[in-house]
Amino acid sequence: MSEPLRFLDAEGGCARELPDFARDRETLVALYAAMVRTRSFDAKAIALQRTGRLGTYASSLGQEAISVGVASAMQDRDVFLPSFREHGGQLWRGVSMEELFLYWGGDERGNDFAGPTQDFPVCIPVASQFPHAAGVALAMQQKGENAGAVAIGGDGATSKGDFYEALNVVGAWGLPAVFVISNNAWAISVPRSEQTHAKTLADKAIAAGLPGEQVDGNDVIAVREATGRALERCRAGDGGTLIECLSYRLGDHTTADDASRYRDETEVSPHWQEEPLIRLRNHLVAAHDWGKADEEGLLRSSGEAVEAAAENYLATEPDPARAMFDHLYAAIPEDLAALAEEAGDD
Amino acid sequence: MTELTIIDAIRTALGRALHDDPDVILFGEDIGIDGGVFRATDGLVQRFGAARVRDTPLSETVIAGMAVGAAAHGLKPVAEIQFMGFIYSTIDQLANHAARLRNRTRGRLTCPMVLRAPFGSGIKAPEHHSESMEAMLAHIPGLRVVVPSSPTRAYGLLLAAIRDPDPVVFLEPKRLYRSMSEPVQDDGVALPLDRAVILREGGDVTLVSWGAMLSETRAAAESLAGEGIDAEVIDLSSLKPIDRDTIRASVGRTGRCVIVHEAPLTAGLGAEIAADLAEHCLTSLVAPVRRVTGFDTVMPYPKLEDHYMPSVERVRRAALDVMEFS
Ligand SMILES: Cc1ncc(C[n+]2csc(CCOP(=O)(O)OP(=O)(O)O)c2C)c(N)n1
Ligand SMILES: [Mg+2]
Repeated sequence: MSEPLRFLDAEGGCARELPDFARDRETLVALYAAMVRTRSFDAKAIALQRTGRLGTYASSLGQEAISVGVASAMQDRDVFLPSFREHGGQLWRGVSMEELFLYWGGDERGNDFAGPTQDFPVCIPVASQFPHAAGVALAMQQKGENAGAVAIGGDGATSKGDFYEALNVVGAWGLPAVFVISNNAWAISVPRSEQTHAKTLADKAIAAGLPGEQVDGNDVIAVREATGRALERCRAGDGGTLIECLSYRLGDHTTADDASRYRDETEVSPHWQEEPLIRLRNHLVAAHDWGKADEEGLLRSSGEAVEAAAENYLATEPDPARAMFDHLYAAIPEDLAALAEEAGDD
Repeated sequence: MTELTIIDAIRTALGRALHDDPDVILFGEDIGIDGGVFRATDGLVQRFGAARVRDTPLSETVIAGMAVGAAAHGLKPVAEIQFMGFIYSTIDQLANHAARLRNRTRGRLTCPMVLRAPFGSGIKAPEHHSESMEAMLAHIPGLRVVVPSSPTRAYGLLLAAIRDPDPVVFLEPKRLYRSMSEPVQDDGVALPLDRAVILREGGDVTLVSWGAMLSETRAAAESLAGEGIDAEVIDLSSLKPIDRDTIRASVGRTGRCVIVHEAPLTAGLGAEIAADLAEHCLTSLVAPVRRVTGFDTVMPYPKLEDHYMPSVERVRRAALDVMEFS
């Protein structure tokens, strides 16, 4: 078994020669800034939840490099189909923080993205987004769009039939789809070791006849590089790819979870040395003159963006009751119209 | 005009839709070169090519889930589930995704897909091939469930389902596939969705049914006519949403109602219709609403199949009962 693809080691040293995009300061700063913003968003979301102003929330603490790296390799015409823990990728794609707050605060309007209008909203039923990605890829293939459908799911998701069955049709039909596994070592309380006897989750591509690759999911450069190559394969008509990103869930499963019931702090703490932000920051400092003022400026602007989005979210009036009927069908059927009247307008 | 059976009418509508709209795509198990196990797609791969008439790998989850993704991204998939007994694994995709994509994105993404499946008993098929589980689907908000009862209605309703901007499950009464034929014009004209139709007018008792059971129901109505009882027969046709006004208006005239379905009794659609009448037509009713349904048993194997199916006699007796009541 080959080593997972990795460019930056945990300290930020170069493990191998960097790809071209990763020599460009602006690109690296954008990736770093996206991860910092994601972490600020996360912290605010948890704070809002703890004070009763947001619903149950799934933190991406420690996994920011995965969806940021994936999304940064995508083009506008590609389609992103995320699970519920990939906020960084959604933000990169142009979903606004306010929309994400609305979604997690319990308002459907949060899924009505003004930005990436073809992207799917987060998928809660684990693994059920993979068949959608196959369908989006089919539409892309059929319409000659020269694009790719990129779905992300967790390590737990790879135990579901949906995942295998969708991977299989991607292989059988040569569909332009990239399946990314965000392996954070846990599925709520069940560790990766109990999820499957497979050596790696990337190995699951073998049965579908697709290339499967492991990458260091804490190295945003590796994630972006692997996703970029997979999308090139999509565009060249070479079909799908499975990418397993290795990371670690540093927080609870969600705000409704208490991870101390099933895992020890001593198991968690070493993973703080591996997390994705430190290594890229160290690299920026060493190779690109990233200074204290840059760092402080970024933290300040991220904090301000999050606060402004939260304020707008908190100031948003809920939809009237009638909204639950308005979008159920293109036109409201008669028998439903009677119920809508019963529900009233507020 | 050509005489078509229901299966011919379905194939003709599929061909018309493929011809008229380049976004229409068909997929399912064995629907290509084999033309589908009931031949609903016979000849279509030859006419429209393997890119638009596709044999899928054997996965109902993928058939339904891929339809959701393709529909959301601009295609109009018409997917086939080989038999209703294998539809269960699609319910996750139908209930959690197809039926709610428009609502949860406030109209940004939509799901104009059709899932076709033959349903019902009466052809002595093996285990798992004879189910009528339509009530499970009709329970899902955001979905449409449509059942044709004749070649003309199969043609017009399938076109309507394909053109509809929301997901439709199109359940085909397979006992009727080849049991009747009538002239059907391939004129591309769709029938309205969401509507029940009155097949026979009558003032004494309303008989409501759908799909294959309309054969027994109509036969019972004819037999009742011989006894001086004038039954109105309604083809529900749209199991979701239900055309409540048509049923209420009919029962408003007759004061009596018998609902006939092949599906099991408990929590079947007959219960919904009976409850609706209790809520809205109490003052018109002169007799209890009766249900004649499949028994609450597992669908028996072919040897006992005929005992399970509501017979003309059971329908007739139920109608006589309510007539005798008042
Ligand atoms: C089909 C399904 N079963 C159960 C759940 C409840 N649930 C939510 S998240 C989760 C664990 C998911 O683990 P994984 O796929 O590794 O993703 P992670 O949460 O670690 O990002 C479970 C069991 C669900 N959402 N969907
Ligand atoms: Mg996990």
